[in-house]
Amino acid sequence: MFLGITSAGWLQLVLYMAALTALAVPLGGYVARVLSGQRNWLSPVFTRVEGLIYAMGDVRPDQDMTWKDYAAAVILFSFGGFILLFGLLLTQGVLPLNPQHLPNLTPDLAFNTAVSFVTNTNWQSYAGETTLSYFSQMVGLTVQNFVSAAVGIAVLAALIRGLTGQTTDKLGNFWVDLVRINLYILLPLALIVAVALSSQGVIQTFASYVTAHTLEGASQTIAVGPVASQEAIKMLGTNGGGFFNTNSAHPFENPTPLSNLIEMLSILLIPAALCFTFGKMIGDRRQGIAIFAAMTLVFVPLTAACIGLEQAGNPHLVAAGADTAPNMEGPATAQAGGNMEGKDTRFGIANSAIWATATTAASNGSVNAMHDSFTPLGGLIPMILMQFGEVIYGGVGSGLYGMLVFVILTVFIAGLMVGRTPEYLGKKIGAFEIKMASMAVLLPCALVLICTAVAVLTPWGQAGIYNPGAQGFSEVLYAFTSAANNNGSAFAGLSANTPFYNSLLGLCMLFGRFFVLLPVLAIAGSLAAKRTVPASAGTLPTHTPLFVVFLIGVIVLVGVLTYAPALVLGPVIEHLNLIKG
Amino acid sequence: MSLIKHIQPTVVSLAVFTVLFGGVYPLATTAIVQTAFHDKAEGSLIRDGQTVIGSRLIGQNFSQPQYLWGRLSATGPAPYNAAASSGSNYGVNNPALIEAAKARRDALNLTGPVPVDLLTASGSGLDPHISPAAAAVQVPRIAAARHMPEQRVRDAIAAATQTPDFGVLGEARVNVLEVNLRLDGRLK
Repeated sequence: MFLGITSAGWLQLVLYMAALTALAVPLGGYVARVLSGQRNWLSPVFTRVEGLIYAMGDVRPDQDMTWKDYAAAVILFSFGGFILLFGLLLTQGVLPLNPQHLPNLTPDLAFNTAVSFVTNTNWQSYAGETTLSYFSQMVGLTVQNFVSAAVGIAVLAALIRGLTGQTTDKLGNFWVDLVRINLYILLPLALIVAVALSSQGVIQTFASYVTAHTLEGASQTIAVGPVASQEAIKMLGTNGGGFFNTNSAHPFENPTPLSNLIEMLSILLIPAALCFTFGKMIGDRRQGIAIFAAMTLVFVPLTAACIGLEQAGNPHLVAAGADTAPNMEGPATAQAGGNMEGKDTRFGIANSAIWATATTAASNGSVNAMHDSFTPLGGLIPMILMQFGEVIYGGVGSGLYGMLVFVILTVFIAGLMVGRTPEYLGKKIGAFEIKMASMAVLLPCALVLICTAVAVLTPWGQAGIYNPGAQGFSEVLYAFTSAANNNGSAFAGLSANTPFYNSLLGLCMLFGRFFVLLPVLAIAGSLAAKRTVPASAGTLPTHTPLFVVFLIGVIVLVGVLTYAPALVLGPVIEHLNLIKG
Repeated sequence: MSLIKHIQPTVVSLAVFTVLFGGVYPLATTAIVQTAFHDKAEGSLIRDGQTVIGSRLIGQNFSQPQYLWGRLSATGPAPYNAAASSGSNYGVNNPALIEAAKARRDALNLTGPVPVDLLTASGSGLDPHISPAAAAVQVPRIAAARHMPEQRVRDAIAAATQTPDFGVLGEARVNVLEVNLRLDGRLK
């Protein structure tokens, strides 16, 4: 035991970070080739498909777009995806592949779910196995799992082109980015992960639910379905919407510790890889490494803290007669110990806590344990990771473009402090960029706090609260934090499948996605129009350890200053109640 | 900028991606894994002749003394409802959490501290495992109910115990259904 974490827990954390880095670096290089339009080892397979799509869609791939044009394409594509998914969910009762004869979704639930998947949030107001047909899961949700992720990476690509462009108004072609990201990056990765997960026992079948006759003479209906194909892209695309209600805690989504590792790596793989993509595309790898370092330096300490807090356990359960001490002594008497409520035995404490922080650092939002049952401070950590704005790795694409917004703010603040003109990668940062960056950072914060206040002050909001006391407030705060930052995980005690929560959370997801994405494209357009000035003695280097620390400081300061009062009202009071006994 | 010119690529790309990711990709995955891992793809089902007894991956409710008991399950309306997975979502200070733990402790009728996973509900509500420690404390009850030596119960547990994957990943765990099938002599 060191810092309240078992040696096996430390070992798994170290292994996880090592494997993540080892996979992210080469993938980052490959993604850079794809985004730059270079040939790669999949070109022989997909070049003709690509060409066919452009021909049918009347897309001229060499015709670059201005930022406004790019934004219009993003909006229209997302809106089209929303209409398609919304319509499909409203009519699933008459559509095929519905062996359980599940009815159409209510309009508010269909709205919430469609928005949720189009914005790459994947909040679960629905309960997979009792709400959605195989057709809805496969043709509806899986498709958006791919394309909403691709939209995030496309916008990042446009921002990178804005940073490297010279007095141009062109940011690339959205349709080309969209098609290439889907075909060359997401599809092959998803196929590999889906097969790997199946080897561990993740199911993939179109059979109806199975009826088992149990040893004690009861009848048990077992929900099944085409899970593996959806599970893979759910993890890789920072989507997180589960096939089943309990998401990756369900043994058919995540049957073994090895499947758990594959899924946890899939959560952070692309967001981490994009840091190295960024370094390669701007021609200065150190810049990408600095950003990856800043993310990692926030992630690892918070993850370790979460493991330690969950391993410490619940004193109420000890008083009720539970033995919560971890025991690694031989296979006959081993137990994970700690706070096991809401956690599955095969994952124990370490893997549940690492997952909880990874899924909220990235805007994945899948869970393998119930966050509502975490200790108060153990549950505060996933919350604050979302409240940092989903930039610690963050969503695919959206995490890094959010992080670059913070980088712009940081060079601005640093510039103010030392009296230098702020610049990043040779581009002068002006008033317009700062206005847009401030909007992208502050709007989600405002949404979270205002909507939480509205919910706890109105009977419709109060009606959904499940746990008594301060934990009830935390459930509401967590929900709006998750929606406005496009995460999708929940303190799931909250009954959110009501017209009030479905609508308000749906609007938070929409604003939280597009009022960050649009300012980012505006910044990209503005930066592209500028000329890169050579570094001088007065230039603040942005690849140094000093800058990394300063960047972390700005992120933490904005997050903590914005949310400290709300966090005191929820998790901190709940913690005081816990230690009081 | 005009929205009109983006309509055709929107319609075409959505159509192509729906066919590709909603049809070709899941069907290709199905074809591959149904060939390579057929039993796993179907749910790791355990059969007795034509009858499905359960799934190796899905827990069952056990409350009779001669069986090994698993985790508490918060699924409704009955525990271990594999058609509607759910955790309890109890916060640490929720009185219902403490009541559930005490009720389980009373039902186990054990002296001394009880391994925590035996007093708490799993996240999925379908956890097929308990810890080896939680299995060990139940050996005397099972042996007494079955009029069988404790060592035979321990052997059945040991045969269904997995150590962490590759020695490092996850936790040591006992498959509850497998132990009970062995105790009933339905699995060798």
